[in-house]
Amino acid sequence: MKTQSIAFSLILLGSLALTGCGGTAPAAAPKVEKQTFESGTTMDKLATAGTIRIGTKFDQPGYGLKGLDGKPEGFDVEIGKIIAAKLGIAADKIEWVETPSKVREESIIQGKVDMITATYVVTDERRERVGFGGPYYMAGSDLMVKADNTAITGPESFKSGGLKVCAGVGSIDGDKLKPHLADPTNQLVEFDVLSKCEDALRTGQVDAMTAGDSILNGLAATNKDTYKVIGKPFFVQPYGVGMTKGDTKFCEFVNKTLKDAAADGSYERAWKETAGKDIDKVAQLPEPAPCA
Amino acid sequence: MDVILDNFDLFWQGWLRTIQICFFALLGAVPLGILLAAARVSPVPSLRTLAGGWVTVLMSCPLTVVLFFMAFGLPEIGIKGSYFWFGTIGLALYSASFVCEALRSGINAVPTGQAEAARSIGLSFMPSLGLVILPQALRSSLPPLTNAIIYLIKNSAIVGAFGVGHDLFAVADTLTAARGLAALPVLAGVIAGYLLLVLPIGRLLSLIETKVAILR
Repeated sequence: MKTQSIAFSLILLGSLALTGCGGTAPAAAPKVEKQTFESGTTMDKLATAGTIRIGTKFDQPGYGLKGLDGKPEGFDVEIGKIIAAKLGIAADKIEWVETPSKVREESIIQGKVDMITATYVVTDERRERVGFGGPYYMAGSDLMVKADNTAITGPESFKSGGLKVCAGVGSIDGDKLKPHLADPTNQLVEFDVLSKCEDALRTGQVDAMTAGDSILNGLAATNKDTYKVIGKPFFVQPYGVGMTKGDTKFCEFVNKTLKDAAADGSYERAWKETAGKDIDKVAQLPEPAPCA
Repeated sequence: MDVILDNFDLFWQGWLRTIQICFFALLGAVPLGILLAAARVSPVPSLRTLAGGWVTVLMSCPLTVVLFFMAFGLPEIGIKGSYFWFGTIGLALYSASFVCEALRSGINAVPTGQAEAARSIGLSFMPSLGLVILPQALRSSLPPLTNAIIYLIKNSAIVGAFGVGHDLFAVADTLTAARGLAALPVLAGVIAGYLLLVLPIGRLLSLIETKVAILR
């Protein structure tokens, strides 16, 4: 009787462990540190309030994807948590605000969020209206095709016209691919979400899709026999932490936090638990951009 | 204003694309609408039922559902084509039902005596519809037809979202999302573009309306 119940408990424990491995185990929460900041700074304001509103995407697998439990998960989300923890704000005190690509600048300017981690590519045009901390990751615009496709070897394959490529509407990948296309109007197909691009690629409506390389690598890793990534990034995308323009002190704080996170391993852990889970690429914290 | 002038080329391309979508959709929707209206008033019961069913289904279906079916449903069952044609044909099929109902309201406004007179001089259904009823019906259905056409133009923005893209409304996405420009001036440019399209067409149609008006 006793051996039976022990065996049963073991099976129960084993199955619990198995489900733990299969599902997405919640990332180890970054250590929350209480510290005081120079009064009047954004850090002081947020630390005193004990809460922060962070903008992220809710539909970007690996970076910011809202699950059934209502909480977003991903690399962007983990970076947000790391920064919040340095402000003394625990993960459950963060208010996540959905910021799709086209509302990011407006969300910052109108004060709807305190900062943004949402695969937010730093560009000079965007720097005119908002500020950036970081970058915390260097992505590259790449192409993904069906596994048996040999016609497309890189962006130059579209010069002859005819072949079609899908991109997220208003995405920087599509915009930067345009000069490589002979006939952008007919060759570039745009959808509001990348899952529709994947659908179009699967049914053969388009020949390729473009997005950040780690997004594509994630998709290709989960559909190994269906897709392959070309692996020749045609545009480097530094992902930055969006914030109010001219908030130099907050920017410096973010850069320091990222540097510390890279030093103590929490940066790499965040990557491996999220966007880097199914791919070989290991994220390296890039050199921070000057905050002036 | 700078935003519009600096990106005038992009707005212009988008405007032309929107016109392209509207032109082909109209080219399909108007003849199809006339055919549907003719079928709905025809003496053949099966034709009436078929056309009535078509109009009822498409009028009750949101345009997004029709377009979703065209863009994602058809490729799923092996029918491939460009998203431009999927979207434009979807818009044409959808708008045809509104054109049909606009025409039917005009046909109903033609006094029954006209049809009886046509029949009494020996005209069968097709000639009496084509020579007597429709010419009068078209005149009185011009106001609702104008509405249907203006709706079609505005609905082209939804077509753009189903893989067609590069239309006037998609320009706003490129400028605000990919390039990070302020939303308000960009949207002002988009609104100006649609106004430049809708106002002249509305004006033209109301000119025609006064020109062909008949006193009864």
